[in-house]
Amino acid sequence: MLYRESGQFSTSYPADRRIFRLYQERWAFYLLLAAAFLLIPWLGNDYWFSAILIPFLVLSLAALGLNLLTGYAGQLSLGSAAFMAVGAFAAYNSHLRIEGLPFLLSLLLGGVVAGLTGVVFGLPSLRIKGFYILVSTLAAQFFVLWVFTTFAWFSNDSSSGVITAPPLVILGHDFSSPQGRYLFTLTVVVALGFLAKSIVGSELGRNWMAVRDMDKAAEVIGIALPKAKLLAFAISSFYLGIAGSLWAFCYLGTVEPHGFDLSRSFQILFIIIIGGMGSILGNFLGAAFIVLLPILLSHIASGLLADTIDAGQLENCQKIIFGGLIIFFLIKEPDGLAKIYQTCKQRLQVWPLRF
Amino acid sequence: MKSTLTKFSKLAIAISIGAALTVNAAHAEGEQYFPLQSYRIGPYAAGGSGFFGGFIDYLQYVNLKDGGVNGVKLTWSECETEYVVEKGVECYERLKQGLNGAPAAATNPLSVGIAYATLDRSTADKLPLITINHGRTDSTDGSVFPYVFPLQLNPYSEVSAIINYIGTQSGGLEKLKGKKIVTLYHGSPYGKETNPILELLAKKYGFKLTLLEVPHPGNEQQSQWLNIRRLKPDWVILRGWGVMNPVALKTAQKTGFPADHIIGNIWSNSEDDAAPAGNAAKGFIAITTHPSGTDFQVLQDIKKYVVDAQKGNLEDPKRFGTVYYNLGVVNGILNVEAVRVAQNKYGKRPLTGEEVRWGFENIKLDDKRLAELGALGLVQPLTLSCADHEGGGAVRFQQWDGSQWHVISDWVQADRELLRPIIEKSSHQYAKEKGITPRDCAKES
Amino acid sequence: MSFFFEVLLGGLLAGVMYSLVAIGFVLIYKASGVFNFAQGSMVLFAALTFVSLLERGISFWLAFVLTLLAMVALAWTIERWVLRKLVNRPPITLFMATLGLSYIIEGLAQSLWGAQVHGLDLGINDEPFEFQGMLLSQFDIFAACVAGVLVLVLSVFFNKTRTGIALRAVADDQLAALAVGIKLEKLWLIVWTVAGFVGLVAGLLWGARLGVQFSLSLVVLKALPVLIIGGFTSISGSIVGGLIIGASEKLAEVFLGAYIGGGIENWFPYMLAMLFLLVRPTGIFGERQIERV
Repeated sequence: MLYRESGQFSTSYPADRRIFRLYQERWAFYLLLAAAFLLIPWLGNDYWFSAILIPFLVLSLAALGLNLLTGYAGQLSLGSAAFMAVGAFAAYNSHLRIEGLPFLLSLLLGGVVAGLTGVVFGLPSLRIKGFYILVSTLAAQFFVLWVFTTFAWFSNDSSSGVITAPPLVILGHDFSSPQGRYLFTLTVVVALGFLAKSIVGSELGRNWMAVRDMDKAAEVIGIALPKAKLLAFAISSFYLGIAGSLWAFCYLGTVEPHGFDLSRSFQILFIIIIGGMGSILGNFLGAAFIVLLPILLSHIASGLLADTIDAGQLENCQKIIFGGLIIFFLIKEPDGLAKIYQTCKQRLQVWPLRF
Repeated sequence: MKSTLTKFSKLAIAISIGAALTVNAAHAEGEQYFPLQSYRIGPYAAGGSGFFGGFIDYLQYVNLKDGGVNGVKLTWSECETEYVVEKGVECYERLKQGLNGAPAAATNPLSVGIAYATLDRSTADKLPLITINHGRTDSTDGSVFPYVFPLQLNPYSEVSAIINYIGTQSGGLEKLKGKKIVTLYHGSPYGKETNPILELLAKKYGFKLTLLEVPHPGNEQQSQWLNIRRLKPDWVILRGWGVMNPVALKTAQKTGFPADHIIGNIWSNSEDDAAPAGNAAKGFIAITTHPSGTDFQVLQDIKKYVVDAQKGNLEDPKRFGTVYYNLGVVNGILNVEAVRVAQNKYGKRPLTGEEVRWGFENIKLDDKRLAELGALGLVQPLTLSCADHEGGGAVRFQQWDGSQWHVISDWVQADRELLRPIIEKSSHQYAKEKGITPRDCAKES
Repeated sequence: MSFFFEVLLGGLLAGVMYSLVAIGFVLIYKASGVFNFAQGSMVLFAALTFVSLLERGISFWLAFVLTLLAMVALAWTIERWVLRKLVNRPPITLFMATLGLSYIIEGLAQSLWGAQVHGLDLGINDEPFEFQGMLLSQFDIFAACVAGVLVLVLSVFFNKTRTGIALRAVADDQLAALAVGIKLEKLWLIVWTVAGFVGLVAGLLWGARLGVQFSLSLVVLKALPVLIIGGFTSISGSIVGGLIIGASEKLAEVFLGAYIGGGIENWFPYMLAMLFLLVRPTGIFGERQIERV
């Protein structure tokens, strides 16, 4: 009733291809953005910013990066965390070594370096495919971490090998407070989210999907495979690199190479499985799920069950629940939370007059 | 599809219940709160459950025996970090506000990664961050790191003490000349941290140092030990972590290197590091800042008041008096002592983190005070100050007999005068990077 | 020079241990086309169950049999509740399901048996002995023998028994195998059980070396490059792959590590595997696939 399509006609191609074709969706989205930018900074507290919202946003961005590669271009990767590490360390070093480089530019530079690294480790994908490509991404995962731990130059020869965030000053404004860090992260994520949405809808995005569905067929109809695959690696790694910088500088404030180990790569992969592969919205849903579920479980355990279950068992349960949910989603809803959202939307469109 | 939907609505209900629960709980004003970022599962669970078991038991003991510190009851709650940095941060943010009005005294994450990630936050929130026996070496300089305390022993002191011990074993430090020492280190920032100091000491004393890295997690060390076999060193220093330790001992046996010439560092010194290696560990030497065992007055008291009253925290009572458990007790003693010292200045009431910090900086444990606490021989004499957040810098050496540790040396002191300028250089570089103006310690009282 | 051979030999023996894990992969991949990432957790689960039973005073062989039963139960559960529901899905989906599976198995193993480190003594003395000036480990040689026997048994099983031949048929063409009346469910159960058995053997040997604990599940990462070099479908390939990986990574760590910094064992096998792939995209013994649009 509230959410009806009738009467909304597109009169031009651009209008038909816009991201939110229905005005209800458009308005809901604007409202959401307004709430995120205006209401939440005003309502939230340190805990919400530092422990929930910022990691949620950063993980969404990282998942978005991986989703471009895996969900759209069909190249499986277990090296996401490595590209995040490259982004973080490159941004740190460019900030450190280029005098007076604005923070935003070093962030961008970090992303670009990560993208180039992605191309290098994506090269084997031109010759090998399927599971075999895992080897290349795993090689990236282990090799990159080794480089950062072995060569102290990357962490400015600090005895501990840990890098610390430079002050978050952008155009003279200090964004170091939890609120500021949240707003900054949000801005970056929203901007890159829009970019991703347009990439996916462009010719490149369509090529990726063709490659994903069957690369031989894509080749036959004239899609340049090397270009499509390498661009997927580059853009995906760029996103991951930016996410890595945000993780290091806006979320933790410090990071050591092992903060980007294989389990981080898995975490990001799980986000896109649960959220939905080949969907932009899914990354956000999946990230919210993966950030909130452990916190929720531990709250339930400490509150409802009042110490009848000890923390260790709880974490084990959580592992089992995560694993179970992954299998559940793969069996019941291979397109993840995003598909569930779609279904709800379709139902809502005909509600209450279904017939 | 329908079932999925109901599942999610259930989830939503659960969320709202969870949110409501955090609000209404019993009031606990007039208490001093310890937020515990503990870890009881995951790869490092053995360390976490022992340490936090000892810590909690000590707090419990203070409550049961004396009714708290000068009448201020101690309270605590746990949050599982699984040794994962983000979870540690989440726990920090969740617990830092205190519990139902009881203010937080200090955080004790027992994890280098979490300590690093909460370092800036601790300073901003004015909440002491205690990194006993580990942490950032340059945070020893309290003028730059007012809220961070690497109590007892920082990594630099650790290696310096080990070299001093090897010196005495060889009959004097001058005899180190020409000796061959191999350091086998975990491939992480933690493992690498002391390499420059070892190189410095090698130059100073003229021993030949070889550094060998074991990649994380360290369950495959054959090539490193074959290398050691070729080098035929006099001593091997093991800077291990987790699974790397027993594997090192086993591989040493396999390549014929004697265990009693391997010296484990502070994270290679627990029962859980030696026992899984079985026979191969017999004779293995490790440093410790606190002997294991139960012959100390304070442990006997904990047994009497807490463990025998079925209020102990350990799941497995056999672990009472183990290395990690005793470290937890030591950590408890130091934390409570800081609260006590601070109460003498600020009054007998729950204190803020800032006030507890003053307490830490004015801890003065001499033999007399240690005897009063029942911890003589368990804790080393310790004097902290604004400039010196480490205090002790001494270790004892212990040897594994196949089933337990035996202390084989008295306190061996690190060469702290040598290390201080290096620490200050590093802390000043940090201060410059971060734009911090160091405190003037002469003005602190 | 003798040092070189010592490292080489040590590497070859270590490689055999990798192969043991890789064989479990190959079995499952052959029969059901599943790239089973949970093999590492199965190794952990088996070893942890076994050692916990042993610590509760059960005799060695009884514990072995009980653990084997547990592995059968696990295989049955996986077949019934995961694989059967995912028939005809793309391989990538199945792979991700095994990722989820590995989480479940790890969580289960730890909540059942706790997370502490257990020592495991198989009664094989690990005193080294000298052979022509080279130091050899008895334990490694024992492990190599076990692997050899295992491979023999498995090849007899695959080539001579009715079930084995059926398995090969399934590996060749699932639809055709179904058409001639081979029961897929039963075969899957068998092959996952056999993989569980291989996991148990690997778990015992690895557990005796490292102590039984969480990081045992990480051996899967060592087996992956072995698999790539040997090809996903060949048991002898995984032995050869294991030997190549073991020897080259040890040699690289000792001789190359001295120049570019130590600790390269983690990534070196992967780089090597990648080079192999660039020459032979399906591994040494892998089957070449023909693609049709």
